[in-house]
Amino acid sequence: MANVSYRKERIDRGIKARTDDIFAIASLQETLYLLFPRLLLIVPLVVFPLLQGIIGAYWETVFLIALVVTLLALSWDLLASVGLVSLGQALFYGVGGYFTAFLSNYLGLPPLISIPLATVSGASVCTLLLYPVLRLRGVYFGLITFAIPLLLMRTIEATKILGGTEGISGLAPLPGLTVELYVMVAIAFVGVFGLRRLIDTDYGLVLRAIRDNDRSVEAGGINVPWYKAQAVFIAALPATFAGAFIAHHYQVVGMSAFALDYSVLPLTAVVIGGPGSFAGALLGAFVLVPLSETLRQFGTLRVVIYSVILLIFVVGLPEGIFRFAQRKYQQFERLVPMEEVAKE
Amino acid sequence: MEASVLLYGLVNSAVLMLTALGFSLTFGLSGVANFAHGSLYLAAGFIAWMILHYLGLPFMLSVVLTIIIVGILGAAMYRYILMPVRGIALSEVIATFAVGVAILEFFRWAGFVTYDFNLPSFVKGGVEIAGVDVDYQRVIIIGIGAGLAALLWYFSHKTKIGLALRGMAQDEYTALSLGIDSDWAAAISVGLGAALAAVAGLAILPLGLISINIGYDVLLIALAVTVLGGLESTTGLMVGSLILGFASVITANYLGPQWSEVVYLVAIVVVLAIKPSGLFGKFKELEERV
Repeated sequence: MANVSYRKERIDRGIKARTDDIFAIASLQETLYLLFPRLLLIVPLVVFPLLQGIIGAYWETVFLIALVVTLLALSWDLLASVGLVSLGQALFYGVGGYFTAFLSNYLGLPPLISIPLATVSGASVCTLLLYPVLRLRGVYFGLITFAIPLLLMRTIEATKILGGTEGISGLAPLPGLTVELYVMVAIAFVGVFGLRRLIDTDYGLVLRAIRDNDRSVEAGGINVPWYKAQAVFIAALPATFAGAFIAHHYQVVGMSAFALDYSVLPLTAVVIGGPGSFAGALLGAFVLVPLSETLRQFGTLRVVIYSVILLIFVVGLPEGIFRFAQRKYQQFERLVPMEEVAKE
Repeated sequence: MEASVLLYGLVNSAVLMLTALGFSLTFGLSGVANFAHGSLYLAAGFIAWMILHYLGLPFMLSVVLTIIIVGILGAAMYRYILMPVRGIALSEVIATFAVGVAILEFFRWAGFVTYDFNLPSFVKGGVEIAGVDVDYQRVIIIGIGAGLAALLWYFSHKTKIGLALRGMAQDEYTALSLGIDSDWAAAISVGLGAALAAVAGLAILPLGLISINIGYDVLLIALAVTVLGGLESTTGLMVGSLILGFASVITANYLGPQWSEVVYLVAIVVVLAIKPSGLFGKFKELEERV
């Protein structure tokens, strides 16, 4: 007795050649097929800052915050690609903010110099700070990154250095919301497409290999801690930039830059969007941040709601929205009959 | 002054140990870092409060009921949320953290933030030891802490279930081949950890008001003690909580109360940077390092 049941078969579309990102294009139609999803991502981001008159400054600010979360999430995603799971993106964010505040207020540098300088020097300091603990794995690295921003926050609170609980205020202002948005959009594009490219190069292959099996990589004569340090530096760049940029946007930086929010939001964004794809980080941030704004009327129930969303994604759709959509877009699916072996 | 530091250091150590006991047990036995520990601890307080005020049951009965309910909650959390993501450390952490935040913020939303919420202590009154007033509740906490630690050591080293759980923690495949069901074992360990969180909550919460932020602090304390002491080591747990207990009381006394939380964080960072397996952790030492 065999009863017929069905299984789902997935077949790549013919346009795809061997790997995920090499395509055999034969017609304009196929070019459009490839362009469409990319434009779907790019066009709204480029157009949105222009709509300020229609949607108001409030949502433009929400858009800016979504971009900040995107940069932090990109940083998280790169770290995760090397096997370093960070629970403390707030570290990079806060360090970037405080560095630019220092450069701007005490050395009197204009934002055009202080932000890039704070980005690079902040990332270097974060890398040095994390270097001793890069050998930790999995949860343990997560724990230490969880603790460091909280520790910095409490230390600032207790010692009253760097402005203590008041923070440092009076930073040089930025030229205006539209310009700020375009700068952030540009950086986010560089981040998404640059990191996607980076992770597909041979260099990126080494990074991913370290995540999968660091001992084999070490056996291959590659200096694992050195590569990890480089990855941390690269990953810290977008995050410290975001911190520095927002410090100038609000013209103030305080302890709250090290708050748990800046660690949890990017993580949630990546989980929703899909880890390992970088575009997923962007997608996740732009789903999560506006959602949490619309839920603001529910008070702290909002936090409950997005915890539950996070749970649903972690447990139910671990590949995230981006990979799910990508799969649907690039593959045929059909049901194939198969014979089920009857149980005794 | 010295006598009070000594005594309150001891009480504080017992509080820390009791707080961390459940977390450490779950982490050591099934490798699940239960980031919902703090919320289970707090949830126990609110559940007990609700049973006492809405159902009007006698105190001891509601304590027992609460412990059982929270234990079942923990096991259910494992079965329905953690089992699908078992083995992916990051997803486990995110999932439990999400559960924890959801519970805490739900209570905050439901209005459990006023001064009405406090639990009665087991026995009223106090006693004077070496010129320092200590209320009975704190003495009882030391007793419960010591008793539970001993009981757990016996449970994990002498009973069949305990040995099965530890076998699971050491080598999952070997344990499977010996007929130990890994999901069953892990569900037990998470449930047991949750029940211990409830015990800790019921014993410690009467010392003050119940506030939502305690949930986050408890998680931090549990992490610090577990990391410092090392996994799967009752000695480590005791030594870790003694060190942290005295360190935080001393810093709070001589430097000011805002420093006591810094102590826990410094402990986590320094220990993980220097000796990731903790002071007494043994068998996980190799796996953690590159």
